Amino acid sequence: MSGSLKGLDIVSIRDFSRDQIEHILKVAEGMVPVAKGEEKSNLLEGRVLGSLFYEPSTRTRLSFEAAMTRLGGRTLGFDEPKGSSVAKGETLADTIRMVDAYSDVIVLRHPQEGAARLAGHFAEKPVINAGDGAGQHPTQTLLDLFTIMKEKGGIEGNHVVIVGDLKYGRTVHSLSEALGMFGAKLTFVAPPTLQMPKEHVKHIESMGMRPTISSSLDDVIEEADVLYVTRIQKERFPDPAEYQKVAGAYTINSAILRDAADDLIIMHPLPRVNEISSDVDQTKHARYFEQAFNGVPVRMALLSMVLGGIE
Amino acid sequence: MKEFKVTPIRNGTVIDHIEMGMALKVLRIIGVRGDVSSTVSVLMHVPSKKNSWKDIVKIEDRELDPKELDKIALISPDATINIIRDYNVAEKFVVEVPERVKGIMSCSNPGCITNKNEPVEPEFVVETKKPPALRCVYCDRMTTDIAENIV
Ligand SMILES: Nc1ncnc2c1ncn2[C@@H]1O[C@H](COP(=O)(O)OP(=O)(O)OP(=O)(O)O)[C@@H](O)[C@H]1O
Ligand SMILES: [Mg+2]
Ligand SMILES: [Zn+2]
Repeated sequence: MSGSLKGLDIVSIRDFSRDQIEHILKVAEGMVPVAKGEEKSNLLEGRVLGSLFYEPSTRTRLSFEAAMTRLGGRTLGFDEPKGSSVAKGETLADTIRMVDAYSDVIVLRHPQEGAARLAGHFAEKPVINAGDGAGQHPTQTLLDLFTIMKEKGGIEGNHVVIVGDLKYGRTVHSLSEALGMFGAKLTFVAPPTLQMPKEHVKHIESMGMRPTISSSLDDVIEEADVLYVTRIQKERFPDPAEYQKVAGAYTINSAILRDAADDLIIMHPLPRVNEISSDVDQTKHARYFEQAFNGVPVRMALLSMVLGGIE
Repeated sequence: MKEFKVTPIRNGTVIDHIEMGMALKVLRIIGVRGDVSSTVSVLMHVPSKKNSWKDIVKIEDRELDPKELDKIALISPDATINIIRDYNVAEKFVVEVPERVKGIMSCSNPGCITNKNEPVEPEFVVETKKPPALRCVYCDRMTTDIAENIV
């Protein structure tokens, strides 16, 4: 599928071709000065974003709101269902029908997988998935791709090492599939119990890539262009001692970066707990705060494109 | 000469070559309960020419609707349907696993929105037919334990 995104739902990154993603990233690039407040825009003046957050998510919610505001639009909605009609047991379908009538575009974060697809069925206005439980989170994938593109001048040929919980982290699944589609060289670093599921490795191999599977960060850090760090959740380990051991083995600190390339960049979707120690923040490698900022221009691009403000 | 282990039926349906162990699921699918007035016979663990063992279900005075056939195909893709008229096999066909499935199965993912009282019928794309593996249109997860999730 290619061409205009006007009126389309943004539910899963799998719905998009490489061309479409490249186009979104290009539009996002043009949004940066407005996102930073250096230039003004009224591209979406008079437009209303219905922002429905059934789960707290400070970063995603604020960056959508910032994106809409920077483009001259307004946001209405809730950041937790408490006190709203949702708390009284209203179905998602009914809430969506109502908000559909009040707004021009809907952003949804919901704890149930598939919620955004369902919302898309009931809404006439475009729905953007801001995370559905353990499901998809396409705007995160797009901002991750945007960050690599911007920092590295492109995605193809870069060696991206992804470390952490690769089994349950579904955003890591979409990201690695997208990176595979763009021709990045991939290495997955995780303890065997949290490695990338076979179906995703197979999917990436079907695109002609050969991801490397490893359990040791030390072995691969030297050759990395991008180190993408994700959280290892305590809940995944029945034994707290085992968690401590695993989490410790994958902590990024300046010692482990000793052999890293000068231009290695480190990314993290945030919030971090202790996967990256704070002494890394000062190094030339840290890019996770820029990455978080990049959420704004990327979401500006999506909002303008689905609303038809930009082709 | 035909050899029958149960009384032949005059008119009805014989569901043959059911995957071994699935006969009771088939009964549930076609809704055979205590209030059925016609004869239903079930043969379990019968030697089969095609596979080593099979189950058979025979129902008198009843033909199956398309939804029932889809469900049977999903739990037993090799089952054959024999329509019996006047004691003879008047029609015979193998069930066919559909390309898309709507409303006849629930998603095996407990976190899926379709399991939460929303006004939608669960919907799946059939990714492989033998054995059937279905991808939920909503949550994108695969359901392979079909028999457990047929509604
Ligand atoms: N009148 C009947 N009453 C009950 N069962 C019957 C009757 N006629 C046929 N059947 C059963 O229906 C099934 C199909 O009958 P058919 O004579 O076509 O057998 P077949 O040649 O072995 O078919 P297949 O190749 O499909 O196994 C068999 O299980 C048979 O026992
Ligand atoms: Mg036979
Ligand atoms: Zn589902």
